[in-house]
Amino acid sequence: MSTLLKLASRNIWRNKRRTLITAASILFGVFFASVMRCFQVGAWDNMINSVVKYYFGYAQIHKKGYWEEISLDKSMEHSADFSQIVKAYPEIIDLVPRLESFALASAEKATKGVMVIGIDPEPEHNLTSLKDKIIEGAYLEPDDNAVLVAEGLASFLNFSLGDTIVLISSGYHGANAAGKYPIKGITKFGSPDLNKRLIHLPLKQAQYFFAADNLLSSMVVNIKDKDELQSVMGHLKKELDPEKYEIMDYEELLPDLMEAKALDVAGGKIFMTILYTIIGFGIFGTILMLLRERRYEFGVLTAIGMKRHQISIMVWLELLFVGILGCILGMLLATPVVLYLESNPIEFTGDFAATYEKWGINPVLPAKFDLSIFGRQAWIILLMITLMAIYPFYEIFRLKPIKAMRS
Amino acid sequence: MSDIVIQASELHKTYDETAVPVHALRGVNLQIKQGEFTAIVGPSGSGKSTLLNIIGGLDRPSSGNIQVGGTDISTLNDNQLIDFRKDNIGFVFQSYNLIPVLTAKENVEFVMMLQGSSTEERDRRTKELMDAVGLGDRMHNRPSELSGGQQQRVAVARALAPKPTFILADEPTANLDSTSTANLLDIMARLNKEENITFVFSTHDQRVIDRARRVVVLEDGLIASDTAS
Ligand SMILES: Nc1ncnc2c1ncn2[C@@H]1O[C@H](COP(=O)(O)OP(=O)(O)O)[C@@H](O)[C@H]1O
Ligand SMILES: [Mg+2]
Repeated sequence: MSTLLKLASRNIWRNKRRTLITAASILFGVFFASVMRCFQVGAWDNMINSVVKYYFGYAQIHKKGYWEEISLDKSMEHSADFSQIVKAYPEIIDLVPRLESFALASAEKATKGVMVIGIDPEPEHNLTSLKDKIIEGAYLEPDDNAVLVAEGLASFLNFSLGDTIVLISSGYHGANAAGKYPIKGITKFGSPDLNKRLIHLPLKQAQYFFAADNLLSSMVVNIKDKDELQSVMGHLKKELDPEKYEIMDYEELLPDLMEAKALDVAGGKIFMTILYTIIGFGIFGTILMLLRERRYEFGVLTAIGMKRHQISIMVWLELLFVGILGCILGMLLATPVVLYLESNPIEFTGDFAATYEKWGINPVLPAKFDLSIFGRQAWIILLMITLMAIYPFYEIFRLKPIKAMRS
Repeated sequence: MSDIVIQASELHKTYDETAVPVHALRGVNLQIKQGEFTAIVGPSGSGKSTLLNIIGGLDRPSSGNIQVGGTDISTLNDNQLIDFRKDNIGFVFQSYNLIPVLTAKENVEFVMMLQGSSTEERDRRTKELMDAVGLGDRMHNRPSELSGGQQQRVAVARALAPKPTFILADEPTANLDSTSTANLLDIMARLNKEENITFVFSTHDQRVIDRARRVVVLEDGLIASDTAS
């Protein structure tokens, strides 16, 4: 084996120009594929992070069947189990309780359907930074008997800070629900839809209003690190009775977004397939030239006693060396670029930025530095080289030394 | 009988991939004994290379029998044949014998490495052989840094390294000038005389023929004469 390694490592420098051109094409491919993938992953991370931070959280716990048919009647008890879980698993920052349903908000001259969310102010802020969305007035305290009204809704109903809003709805199991609340703060949301519909009030008041004492629509799981989501999901599924609860991660909560992501990723894969196919042709050209130039030598080598599989391994090692060289250089070049674009993301401006911001998404295109992305490109190249090496193996196995040496 | 290294009987070789089949060998009988210094001579196209290729196990006869060192090499499969060549036959080709990326020393020890000999043994043997071919001071030169004659001498050293039963050389001097030719033949003749190494070589160069101790003349795929001096 050491003989083969020695031969292979020297052979790659026989035709320096060809080796460098081949390595450069691999470098190019690995560089572009890595940078592109890092952008794609980064952009989707940014998108999902924003959406998750906006409202959904990385996971939610509901009463079983709630998500199928969202209704007050599918609320669950605020059980002591939840605080147990938060204590038991340090990866979980908090379980953030919400009780939400619809109501009619009326002012003197107008009435409008709204969405009422009962929240625990402190944990809710930790999850969604709700406090920062207040443009007028103050944030809620747990014992307040007051509401936050979204800006669009307030202006539609012609409300301002300090006014009293009347809410009418039907509560848990059809109970009548009605209440009057002073407006403590005005909130502003990027999404025009939410901005026209949202009313927040303290959880206790919401439970009272909906006649849903100690009931919750959902517990939003606030975790320290997205990478721990899978293990957190495991803990939750272990701790909570699947007959009573459903535990959904953001992928289940946001199927449309996931579909869009899958589509985008598939598009990226098509691009990469084209990129790698072009590079593959280049490598194959190198293989053909190598075989033609070295037929005579392979003939001599088999004549004097080198086995065909040994020659094949030698050729494979040569190709692999060139591949590894290209991969390493590609990664070395991509690393600073990706690292730079990770800490200095490309910022959008103009209409594009406005659209992003409207949906509460940072108008930036960050790259994500992830070694596994680089590693994957290297594997693709090395696998491709190994598959293409089948051709020289085939040629070497049917090579007849005298014929080869007559050429 | 044990000193017979090559026994060829009724060798026929027809190349039939071509439009018109070529009868390159038409019944060759040849016996070569240990320690002989034999030239296979004849005009171009007379079948010298074909005969040497068959003796060397690089090609198979269309019919007839070929035994090398008592082994009927027609019974060996491709892999066994490669091993057989590695362990029993030393080859010197017309040109480009050497692996360009290896130094002279590494070329000489190459087959020994394939055989798995120890470093000490390889070092000892390559030194000895490189001295024997008069290139003890060129051990670490690459083939491109050596003249054609020097390269052929390294090829002889390489062929000898694994202690083969005999050396086959197909027109080893065809690309050499007369000084290098004389030089190479001196070395081959000395190795034959002093070490009793068997050489079978083809040539159509009269100066080379004059140095042979046995001359087998091929004409149209048949042995026309066989004279020992
Ligand atoms: N692979 C081959 N296919 C067809 N004809 C061949 C092949 N090799 C040799 N020949 C023919 O066989 C004859 C003998 O060739 P060769 O053994 O090379 O002779 P020499 O080495 O004496 O010049 C020639 O007529 C040559 O053209
Ligand atoms: Mg010939």
